[in-house]
Amino acid sequence: MNIVACIKQVPDTSEVKIDRETNTLIREGVPSIINPFDLNAIEEGLLLKERFGGSVTVISMGPPQVESALREALSLGVDRVVLLCDRAFAGSDTLATSCTLAAAIREIGFDLILCGKQAIDGDTAQVGPEIAEWLDVPHLTYISAVEEVSDRSITVSRLLEGGYERVRASLPALLTVVKELNEPRLPGYRASLRAKTEPVTTWGAAGLNLDPANIGMKGSPTKVTRSFVPELGRQGQFLAGSPEEQAAALIAALRSARIVHGSAKES
Amino acid sequence: MNYFLTPEQELIQQIARRFARERVAPLSAALDEKSEFPRRLLEVLAKTDLCGVYIPEEYGGLGGGMFEFCLVVEEISRVDSGVAISFAGTGLGTIPILLYGNEEQKKKYLPDVAAGKKIGAFGLTEANAGSDSFAQETTAVKDGDYYVINGTKQWITNAGEADVYTVVAVTNRAKGARGISTFIVEKGTPGFSFGKKENKMGIRASTTGGLVFNNCRVPRENLLAKEGMGMIVVGRTFDQSRPGVAAQAVGIAQGALDQALKFARHRVQFGQPVIRMQAVQHMLADMAIQTEAARALVYSVARDIDSGGKGVAKAASIAKVFASDAAMKVSTDAVQIMGGAGYMKDYPVERMMRDAKITQIYEGTNQIQRNIIASELIKERDEW
Repeated sequence: MNIVACIKQVPDTSEVKIDRETNTLIREGVPSIINPFDLNAIEEGLLLKERFGGSVTVISMGPPQVESALREALSLGVDRVVLLCDRAFAGSDTLATSCTLAAAIREIGFDLILCGKQAIDGDTAQVGPEIAEWLDVPHLTYISAVEEVSDRSITVSRLLEGGYERVRASLPALLTVVKELNEPRLPGYRASLRAKTEPVTTWGAAGLNLDPANIGMKGSPTKVTRSFVPELGRQGQFLAGSPEEQAAALIAALRSARIVHGSAKES
Repeated sequence: MNYFLTPEQELIQQIARRFARERVAPLSAALDEKSEFPRRLLEVLAKTDLCGVYIPEEYGGLGGGMFEFCLVVEEISRVDSGVAISFAGTGLGTIPILLYGNEEQKKKYLPDVAAGKKIGAFGLTEANAGSDSFAQETTAVKDGDYYVINGTKQWITNAGEADVYTVVAVTNRAKGARGISTFIVEKGTPGFSFGKKENKMGIRASTTGGLVFNNCRVPRENLLAKEGMGMIVVGRTFDQSRPGVAAQAVGIAQGALDQALKFARHRVQFGQPVIRMQAVQHMLADMAIQTEAARALVYSVARDIDSGGKGVAKAASIAKVFASDAAMKVSTDAVQIMGGAGYMKDYPVERMMRDAKITQIYEGTNQIQRNIIASELIKERDEW
């Protein structure tokens, strides 16, 4: 089974602060990490490889410093890493990014593509499903368990609000995964030694047969017109006590806000 | 202090440190409270390749020696020495095979230990054979192609959890110390069962229990070294493994110092962080002195062992005594600096203080170590 895991290098948002003037992230001096959900994607790739054989390729698009994230992926034991790095890719939104990644993944060849459910910096959760659309393969999102894998299909659990959904898709397919799926491993000794010397394959736009209109700024219809911190409108209030006491407190609050009328006995 | 680690040794240290901080630390208090064997953590460690750090590459290990083993034990002990000793207990059970196993035995057992698929243990201590380890009551009687083992071992690290046990038993009572032998016994062998799990003061994540042999038939090829060599196997094994206990002690001391320093920097009394007070500063300085001196000693001995040094027994004992006494003192002082907070289970130093005590006791009490050191001194000639 040939698996491609997509990763994004992101600022460690547990360390990041926001510039209140411009409402943007202050990225200076903040350590870069592999997007945490992408580590779950890599781990699942490695676990599937341990069970079914094949290979795990990790791919990322970004500036040259993304190489350090890819070397970290190598230290986890993946077979190969590919960096998509070209000035022509600069300014890509999720659509252009997914188009570029999809072209490279097609080049690599795949039975299964794994992505984190979303990146912790942008939080769009769009790139994974968009890659699947470009490649015209099914995509299954928010995967918390891989239950069965056969030559032709994969059966998984999706972690949804209020429950799980068990679904099957034909292969090849793309999954986006949640952290409940597995516990990412630590770097291994042997893989870490290899990661120091292994070449990182770097591809630019030229070899990928891409339409210039679909990549970089040109391929990015997203326009950020304004970013702002939402006004704090309403405030929640927690009611304590027994259900009867809570109900009484709620009715009293609604009455004092003149939302309901009448006395307790009448209602 | 710069100990001139090679890049490979630094990598081993880094991986062990990440394992300890990211994976062990969040679970430590619960493992201690529940006295729960850290099987899942050992599986995580196995995927880092570090389970085989001291095993030769030809048997699937990383080809390091006792020095690399000590680096791993120290880093894990800095966070939780109960977890560290669950790992090191396998080392203690495996060293006899490394030292005295024949090719078939090495090929059969070492690769699985190196891959972390099998856990090991060492079965020496008995109810009436503690410090007096020659007073073995467990017997192994030859019967055709088998040895039939009868007897009970107690206080065995990894008992019941381990897959491979190196067990000491009397094969010829008349020959005394030369009538003792060592055997490899696999879990699941008929007649081999486990006694009760002990409820301990410290290193509670580590499992300690009894081994019970009731007409347990072990194939002849599981005899380690030759018949009658048992106590030599035991002695040489402990010469190798003792720096591991010392490294555990260094880890505990460093971990306690880490915690005390962090606390002293943040705890404000009389309008200033308590680290500004000379009474606290001198305690911290003494803790640092003892910890660093212990580390220097342990690293030196481990390197001596790995370079094939003869007569490491005295040095290994010196390191074990010094480091374990340092761990006890430093962890006690860490609790003292942290005061009421240090005494509470919300902070790890009370656990470290409980954990430290065992390092003065097992693999030869510090009193036995002093006997070894003195007996070596007596044997030495006058220098001038």
